[in-house]
Amino acid sequence: MSGKTIDRVASATPARVARKVKGLSDRAIAWIFVGPTIFLLLAVNIFPLIWTINLSFTNFKANRVNRAVEYIGLRNYERILGDSDIWLSMQATAHFLFWTLFFQVLIGFTLAWLINKKFRGNDLWTTIIVLPMMLSPAVVGNFWTFLYQPQIGLFNYVVSFFTGVDPSSFDMLGSVDLAPWSIVIVDTWMWTPFVMLICLAGLRSIPDYIYEAAEIDRASKLRQFFTITIPMVLPFLMLAVLFRGIENFKMFDLVVQLTGGGPGSVTEMASINLKREAFEKWRTGYSSAFAIILFVTVFGLASIYVKALNKVKER
Amino acid sequence: MKQLKFASAGAIALAAASVTTTAQADDLTLCWAAWDPANALVELSKDFEAESGHSMNFEFVPWPNFADRMLNELNSGGKLCDLLIGDSQWIGGGAENGHYVKLNEFFDSEGISMDDFAPATVYAYSTWPKGTPNYYALPAMGDANGWFYRKDWFAREDIRAAYKEATGDELGEPKSQKEMLQIAQFFQGREIDGNKVYGAAIFTERGSEGITMGVTSALYPWGFKYENTAGKYDMEGAVNSAEAVEALEFYKEFYKTATPPGYTNSYMGESLDAFKSGQVAMAMNWFAFFPGLYADPDTGGDKIDFFVNPPQNQAGSTLGGQGISVISYSEKKDASLEYIKWFANPDVQAKWWSMGGYSAHNSVLNSPTFKDSAPFAGDFLVAMDDVQDFWQEPAYAELLLSMQKRVHDYVVADKGTAQEALDLLIEDWTEVFEDEGKL
Repeated sequence: MSGKTIDRVASATPARVARKVKGLSDRAIAWIFVGPTIFLLLAVNIFPLIWTINLSFTNFKANRVNRAVEYIGLRNYERILGDSDIWLSMQATAHFLFWTLFFQVLIGFTLAWLINKKFRGNDLWTTIIVLPMMLSPAVVGNFWTFLYQPQIGLFNYVVSFFTGVDPSSFDMLGSVDLAPWSIVIVDTWMWTPFVMLICLAGLRSIPDYIYEAAEIDRASKLRQFFTITIPMVLPFLMLAVLFRGIENFKMFDLVVQLTGGGPGSVTEMASINLKREAFEKWRTGYSSAFAIILFVTVFGLASIYVKALNKVKER
Repeated sequence: MKQLKFASAGAIALAAASVTTTAQADDLTLCWAAWDPANALVELSKDFEAESGHSMNFEFVPWPNFADRMLNELNSGGKLCDLLIGDSQWIGGGAENGHYVKLNEFFDSEGISMDDFAPATVYAYSTWPKGTPNYYALPAMGDANGWFYRKDWFAREDIRAAYKEATGDELGEPKSQKEMLQIAQFFQGREIDGNKVYGAAIFTERGSEGITMGVTSALYPWGFKYENTAGKYDMEGAVNSAEAVEALEFYKEFYKTATPPGYTNSYMGESLDAFKSGQVAMAMNWFAFFPGLYADPDTGGDKIDFFVNPPQNQAGSTLGGQGISVISYSEKKDASLEYIKWFANPDVQAKWWSMGGYSAHNSVLNSPTFKDSAPFAGDFLVAMDDVQDFWQEPAYAELLLSMQKRVHDYVVADKGTAQEALDLLIEDWTEVFEDEGKL
């Protein structure tokens, strides 16, 4: 059968093409197939990266193309690393990253563990829980802005209902103390289902016989949880943390919709700061250096994390 | 054969005629912000289409994204816009970076004189370097930041009596910034017709230019200056003067004590919403919105009145408004210039004002009927006499964003003192001017 197919393909190949291909080695043919992809990768990823590194040593401004570009060595890097505002934005990013991951892992795993039990309406609840992550961040940002509105927002009324505090006496998005938490709440609401789904996949991958063996050995439910469930779900959980960590490190849209980086600069994440420097202030050289610093940070952290993940998998 | 020759000649003539017609009639795109006056301009421009044969397209961008979108367009040499009604502060960058066509020769050849336009608008919207006779735009839309208030509330005897009792003063249009704050504080949290109302809606927006436009409305009446000597960029003692510090502290007090809850990131739209929903007694906003506010069926008409930004140490209003420029990357410059010529016509300018646009043409502004033509027309003239604008430097965006950050940090986020905010602002601005090679 396969011989016939080959014959058909060979006979369908125009003689002119066949003559050209005939002399090519397997390696050459492989390059022909891989070449376009490599070219695209170089053009779209590698070249811009090298160009960005080059720009990071200059005073170039993309809105002042007529101005002479000067190489200023490491000055952009020095300015960034010595700029207290940059460190504040990194601090805001770290706060957001840590607490969103913490809550999403905690709630996501708990939900997955509950959903994994067999009960009536299980599928319906799963569908309802995953709805938030199917929405656009712009939509989520907009309607949470209304929910947080001190005069008409549902969120303030719910808090008021449980605490007795006047709903218009606090402003989630406008208060320096509350704004960082308000964005953590929204991101957790939106992306916990993602963590839950990955955990659920992990939980469902654990064979029943392991629990049955543990039951025979009279292991308690708590012991089963800590010695079977957690270790076997851990690689999945770590993968979820990696995905969410990378996403939240570059968080932009949701926060811009909710707070615009304010009040003041309290929720101005590194990505928002970078966007302002690059496309509002047009300090292209400076923002290129900032982008490289962020890239190295994410790349470094992700590499360390992936190594740890591999070690956990090997256990 | 002869018939064939005639037919061929006829066809060629027809084709040539159609080519000529196509070459003369262009599709022009005019870019501006998406707001009430833009809709009026669409209507007005129908006259131009009828007269010239050109057709007009419009690209209107909402205010919060207007600068981002249009400056990106200009910086990338985009051909989207043939004509741009750009913000006054863009004139430096537009001229120095070659985005705008210099209009001097065109004005001379067409007999368009800048003396026919209000001097403040020519200075702010058209010239670069500032005040020199180098024109890059025709004043298109005069504007300033002003105020409006609930005239019906101010007229109520019970409210007037309560105000008199609380302050010892008569309730009326404020004559100073401090009196305005006193009135706003009086209304803050007061119950009127069963609803809780608040003092005033002011600008606090962080992302684009909002809080800077609001804060400068306090800074200018206190006597704020950007430089000690014009053109020297010597900001120490001017930007952070004792008066500037007092004005900034005043704005923060206004924000903290006399605005509705949740008013932390508010600009034009939020100000209009707060007023139209009956939440506030007063609100600041651009004169451009006043025709629409007056026409509002719920809070317009007899219920509203307008006043100029009150003085304190001196009179001063924040300048808004724009000039219309021809984009140098346009391939339809001739047709675009035709539009400018048409727009500069006094009759068109008169119609522009009647439709809701703020003409800057002297024939309109100096007309004896102008002051009474709208309840805010007289205030507009007063405001335009004392306007002050933000930096119009090519590095305007950097200068603006620094101010947005420093004043929002202080006013809304309670970070540091007014003195520290202004000192840091000088540091930021100094760095920008050093990068620009001006210091």
